[in-house]
Amino acid sequence: MSLMRRAWAIRRHALLMGEVQGQGYIGQALGVADILAVSYFHAMNFRADNSEWEQRDRFYLSIGHYAIGLYAALIEAGILPEDEIATYGMDDSRMPMSGMAAYTPGMEITGGSLGHGLGIAVGAALGLKRKKNTAIIYNLLSDGELGEGSTWEAVMSATQWQLDNLIAIVDFNNQQADGPSRSALAQGNELPKWEAFGWFAQEVDGNDLDALMVAFDAARHHPEPCPRVIICNTKMCCGISFLEAREKTHFIRVEPDEWAKALLEHEEKKPL
Amino acid sequence: MSIPPHSRRKSKYEPRSHAGGMDSVRTSAMIASLDAEGRETIDAPFGHTLVDLAKTRDDILGLSADLSKYTDLHIFAQAYPDRFYQMGMAEALLMSAAAGLAREGFVPFATTYAVFAARRAYDFIAMAIAEENLPVKIACALPGLTTGYGPSHQATEDLAIMRAMPNMTVVDPCDAIDVAGATRAMMNHEGPAYMRLLRGKVPKVLDVYDYDFVLGRAKLLCEGKDLLIISSGIMTMRALDAAKFLAKEGVGIAVLHSPTIKPLDQETIIREVQKNGRLVVVAENHSITGGLGDAVAKTLLTHDVFVPLRQIGLPDEFLDAGALPTLHDQYGITVERVVGQLRHWLEG
Repeated sequence: MSLMRRAWAIRRHALLMGEVQGQGYIGQALGVADILAVSYFHAMNFRADNSEWEQRDRFYLSIGHYAIGLYAALIEAGILPEDEIATYGMDDSRMPMSGMAAYTPGMEITGGSLGHGLGIAVGAALGLKRKKNTAIIYNLLSDGELGEGSTWEAVMSATQWQLDNLIAIVDFNNQQADGPSRSALAQGNELPKWEAFGWFAQEVDGNDLDALMVAFDAARHHPEPCPRVIICNTKMCCGISFLEAREKTHFIRVEPDEWAKALLEHEEKKPL
Repeated sequence: MSIPPHSRRKSKYEPRSHAGGMDSVRTSAMIASLDAEGRETIDAPFGHTLVDLAKTRDDILGLSADLSKYTDLHIFAQAYPDRFYQMGMAEALLMSAAAGLAREGFVPFATTYAVFAARRAYDFIAMAIAEENLPVKIACALPGLTTGYGPSHQATEDLAIMRAMPNMTVVDPCDAIDVAGATRAMMNHEGPAYMRLLRGKVPKVLDVYDYDFVLGRAKLLCEGKDLLIISSGIMTMRALDAAKFLAKEGVGIAVLHSPTIKPLDQETIIREVQKNGRLVVVAENHSITGGLGDAVAKTLLTHDVFVPLRQIGLPDEFLDAGALPTLHDQYGITVERVVGQLRHWLEG
């Protein structure tokens, strides 16, 4: 199946989950669907029937509220069953609104308190090296999280320990809770910052599947013993035109009839 | 806006005449050994115990945030350089990375000062470690009032902070025997644990009391008919000395040592409190807010045990800087001050 079709399916699963709750972080899920498609269906090793397979690449989601997006990817990957979509965010569901390790197969860490993921990833990457396990730790973090000091503690540490088995993916959608990230601490020009800290840094259009594949390949195969980062410029709500046009997209409320409208538009874009 | 004059600390220092010299000025150095005068000590019980444990457990790792030498972890680092991680002066990273290592199957011992773990790294301990019940062992030096450096280094509320964290086991050992025992017990415990660390030359006290550290258990160290002290940490040392002193006056003081603050040994505490009509005193090297005193009081009240209860502990304040002996006297946790307080309550 093509990556385009995977990304499309991830968006569809996410839209269906959004419809269950009538609100949520659908904008982020639509924005990172291409990143998730490339992660799971181009870059990562995993086994759908064993989410704790020792040789799997680990995908650490710092940003707990993006869980809707990761659930969609885990469903598409066959790690979660599709029929649990209807339980999203409900009592007793394995898919709570903010991602937690104890609830969901394939959800490696408990995110939500921002600025934690990369530090945990540093420890896990050290642990994998100790075990001579060649798996890779991927950590998806957000532009807003670049404001957390603990993120930069981890950035420095990853260089200190030459963690070439760590790939950070920054979703730069320029939207955080109170407004544009560029008007807060993540003021753009991120690439030279990471480079100055000793990372192999790339910046790509995070909604361009081909560009993402090239960047992921370069990150995985880079010969230097340093950590890697891919800064992905993404569009919130990417793929659904009337949602993309909304100004405030951090946490969006979608009217009941609009979900049908969104799914209809999405269906029309179904790749062959 | 200027700082209002009342909130500025007034100098209590009176310049000495040259005749007095400087020899009577005591320093606030945090390296001063605790209670060491005339008492036998053991060197770096935490570091040496960890080295010993690591001989048979290759999953044990050591991490520090630039304080390995001040938490006795350097002993481990020297013995097992490839199992020691210097994480730099970054406590959030220290705890997060320890969580990551634990996720991959290791048992990391993370060390720093108690203030920095409890205050600065709280969210990281809570969410990365405790929420997932990961086996990270946190050992922190300078508990309570064990340095004269002032509030930046005095962890007067660490037990309150750590007690409130779900899944966290909290230990406040008394001496070198206790530190060694608690280190072993923490390793064998499945989940996360926080230990108040006594470092350097640590007094040896409990060896004569037929005592072994058991996680979650309190132990009656000496019996006495007039008053029961329930204590943890270095205050057990002080309580035992106070008991010996008052015994000469015919006053019977029982000392129940409760080094595990959480889970508290409620059964033993209730049993000892109910033994006879003794006055009950909780003594701890911690703020009177949120520590062992509160834990004991809650235990008694919620089990319908209504007895007179008194507290010896640090005030709910940011404490002064100064020489440690001066501060211990000032805040009432020396043996002399404890004896005086107990006499006062017994006479009252």
